Amino acid sequence: MKIFVCVKQVPDTSGKVAVNDNGTLDRSSMATIVNPDDMNAMEAALSLKDETNCQVIAVTMGPAPAEAMLRELIAMGADEGILISSREFGGSDTFATSQIIAAAINHAGFGKDDLIFCGRQAIDGDTAQVGPQIAEKLDIPQVTYAAEIEKKEEVLVIKRMLEDGYMMVEVQTPCLITCIKELNMLRYMTLKGITECYEKPVHVMDYECLKDEPLIEIDTIGLKGSPTNIFKSFTPPQKGSGIMLAGTVRDTAEELVNRLLKAHLI
Amino acid sequence: MTLQLTKEQEMLVKLVKDFSENEIAPLAEETDRTGKFPMQIVKKMAETGLFGLNVPKEYGGVDMGEVSKVLAILEIAKACSSTAEMYAVQLLVNGIIAVNGNQEQKQKYLGMSMEGKLGAFALTEPGAGSDAGALQTTAVWDGDDYILNGVKCFISNLGPEEGDYAIVIALTDKEKKIRGGMTAFLVDRELKGFVVGKTEDKMGIRGAAVSELILEDCRVPKSAILGQVGKGFHVAMSGLDSGRIGIAAQACGEARAALQLALAYSKQRIQFKKAICQNQGIQWYLAEMATKLRAAELLTMEAADLRDRKQPSGMNASMAKFFAAETAVEIAGKAVQIHGGYGYIKDYAIERIYRDTRILTIYEGTSEVQKIVIAKALLQ
Amino acid sequence: MNFNSADIGAFKDIWVFCEQRDGKLMDTNFELISEARKLADERSVQVVGLLLGDNAKHMAKQLGGYGADQVIVCEAPELKHYTTDAYTKVICDVVMEKKPEVFLIGASHIGRDLGPRCAARLHTGLTADCTHLDIDMNHYVEFLENTSNLDLSKMKLDMDDTNLKMTRPAFGGHLMATIICPRFRPCMSTVRPGVLKKGAYSETKAGACRIEAYPVLLSPGDLRTTVLEIVKETRKQVDLIGAEVIVSVGRGIGRDVEKGIELAENLAKAFGGGVVGGSRAAVDAGWLTADHQVGQTGKTVRPKIYVALGISGAIQHTAGMQDAEMIIAVNKNEATSIFDIADYGICGDLFQIVPAIIEAVQAKES
Repeated sequence: MKIFVCVKQVPDTSGKVAVNDNGTLDRSSMATIVNPDDMNAMEAALSLKDETNCQVIAVTMGPAPAEAMLRELIAMGADEGILISSREFGGSDTFATSQIIAAAINHAGFGKDDLIFCGRQAIDGDTAQVGPQIAEKLDIPQVTYAAEIEKKEEVLVIKRMLEDGYMMVEVQTPCLITCIKELNMLRYMTLKGITECYEKPVHVMDYECLKDEPLIEIDTIGLKGSPTNIFKSFTPPQKGSGIMLAGTVRDTAEELVNRLLKAHLI
Repeated sequence: MTLQLTKEQEMLVKLVKDFSENEIAPLAEETDRTGKFPMQIVKKMAETGLFGLNVPKEYGGVDMGEVSKVLAILEIAKACSSTAEMYAVQLLVNGIIAVNGNQEQKQKYLGMSMEGKLGAFALTEPGAGSDAGALQTTAVWDGDDYILNGVKCFISNLGPEEGDYAIVIALTDKEKKIRGGMTAFLVDRELKGFVVGKTEDKMGIRGAAVSELILEDCRVPKSAILGQVGKGFHVAMSGLDSGRIGIAAQACGEARAALQLALAYSKQRIQFKKAICQNQGIQWYLAEMATKLRAAELLTMEAADLRDRKQPSGMNASMAKFFAAETAVEIAGKAVQIHGGYGYIKDYAIERIYRDTRILTIYEGTSEVQKIVIAKALLQ
Repeated sequence: MNFNSADIGAFKDIWVFCEQRDGKLMDTNFELISEARKLADERSVQVVGLLLGDNAKHMAKQLGGYGADQVIVCEAPELKHYTTDAYTKVICDVVMEKKPEVFLIGASHIGRDLGPRCAARLHTGLTADCTHLDIDMNHYVEFLENTSNLDLSKMKLDMDDTNLKMTRPAFGGHLMATIICPRFRPCMSTVRPGVLKKGAYSETKAGACRIEAYPVLLSPGDLRTTVLEIVKETRKQVDLIGAEVIVSVGRGIGRDVEKGIELAENLAKAFGGGVVGGSRAAVDAGWLTADHQVGQTGKTVRPKIYVALGISGAIQHTAGMQDAEMIIAVNKNEATSIFDIADYGICGDLFQIVPAIIEAVQAKES
């Protein structure tokens, strides 16, 4: 059994976010991290590897620096990595991205005993679309919002969260599962993993490598091929700086209440 | 000469940084307050393989070298001085065994370390601190075994529940003393006559287990000899450089934590309608602290790098330890000053760090001893 | 060739996927239908609700009352509970035959599972978590004037453009992007519950709504997952989305969690009744259950008053509450980002300040 884990390198937005004058994000000002939900997906795969001795392959679509992230995941326990990277893939929306990733996973030999784990959503795009769309492209069932995954011989039993409860869902391989943070606690890299990770394989798949895959058509990838485009982007006008109330505890409390009363809010 | 880290070292730093922030830092305050050693951290550290950092590959370690060791200790020390001290001592013990042990000993004790079992280095005695040659613990051969008798004190990684084995330096020949009269023994805690005595109630690094070790007719087999009979002092000294570099790294980490706290506080604290960091006096303090800290870090890295390249590193190790320790104490003191009254209150972490740093200029070779080593090297 | 790449002009009407669970319609449907009504009127087309379930027909009328001209009902035992495979197949079958121009889905845990799957199968674009929708360019320009710093005089705009303009926040709202799907139909969009406003209910409209049963063709082989059981959380979930006043707690209450939450509850009461929310830190620490979480991976709220106690203001949190009418923040650290978006900020110890505020309110009342 092989488990492909889709991971994305995203800007670390837990600190402040810097925006360029033209309204686009100043990505260079932020450190990059592995998308948190994807780490839960990786941990789930590694837990299954501990149990079943299966193979775990980390897959990412991104620029060359994303390789460092794959090496870290290999140091955590993944067996190999796939870096999907090509100029032709740039500017892809979720539809195009999922198509490319599906093609790469297919190219790597996705079989009926295999699984794909994804994080539920990325903290930069926030769409939660790529996972389900990869499943559709590969024509395999999906289970999203997985808070528990159990392998019982030939089937997987998954606790799928709802807003006010959950569903227990049974599914067989091949399938795709999207993971949420409640699923598990992440393990760390090991020193052994760190010293050996550069000896494990990371395959780079570019357009030349994937172009003959049935899922790749030049007019459905990249910026040009994406069904959705950005029409306009803008920064909302900064909410006018508020007022800091200062003074003694009593005074500031009173001032706040007066202002709220004046604005008819209480 | 390059200050560029290898890719593996960068990953190591990331690992230890994440681990320290998530697992170690949250427990630091409680550890200091209760004086109880956080053994659960040791188990987790073992799982990541951190205790194998300086263990040779054939014994399951990764042998990443001195620079890597410095990087790791530095990150841990930023989070918690007690944990850093435990780790530095453990690596010292591993290092001595790796250099002087035979295959069975390396297999057994390096293996134990990587499982998360703590080892201690028992040299110091009430009458033998800087003057290590004055030790009085004896090891008498009775035909079958060696019988150890004596009292060791201030032994790190030894506590009511902490510590599973110790390297004990004892006199096998009272006449010869340091000139061939001492022998190093690997002694398991479970042996009869190995008694952990009083656990010290300390000013700082309060979570670190530091205790008396009483050897009462403790019987050890010949196979317990580490190295050779009469070479005990040599065995003890073999860990010196590496041990000093480890403490220097610890000092740098603690100093860095102190500086970070002082910096943050100075930006936050408003007096006379402005943040105190806008005052030139405070700015000068911060500049001096940052500069000295960087110098300490570089001295430490250089000593570590020399060791990795198998070059003589004795003088550099002493310089690093001496300078980093003194600097850490100075920086912690200045940091408290910058915090004003709040620096004196236990709610603020700098209060703990101030107490933690004070031991740095004393143990693992006092500043005075380090200066003697440096002078000797200069004058030869 | 895809079913939709030939003549996109043949696609008409605004459709809304109407989610039901256990025979009850989700509130978000009414919000979406109301919005769809506005859009349909701009286009002079119909609003059609798409309802799936088992014995679901009786719910259709209510959708009409909020503005649906027609409701297509697909009923089958296999549709009683949501499964990706069954719902995707049925929906895509209907959509491919009927060719709607726009298809809206509520971004519930189910909508977010269903939407992308359908979009992929239909080979069309999907924009998630939209906060604003426009078809008419004049309305869109007005929207830009009110909410952006763009210099509209310098922009070349095709005022006849009838693409659905879907605006959504990225990076927690630091960036707003308007997305279009010019070459494919239907244009799909998901919207978070509580973001759009529900319109007025009209009994007349409900009566006039045309209800059409659509045949469901599902075979057992179509379903590749089995729902073993559905468990409802017995504890009452906190209703953050409907609340007018929310007082949230973060790491800053760590010193005395119980007291901190108590203070938050009392403050909400003092402000006229409200609920307690939490940052992710508070939920992760176990101080509050997940239904209290406000933020990027929690709920998006737009209350009248939002109070942030001991919350730093990282965008993971502010993404979920920055559109509140009045934001009040209390934090020990003057330099923390929450004060950048607060209308009123107080730097100090919340354990002292909150009781003082409650006292001040009580003093005014007497």
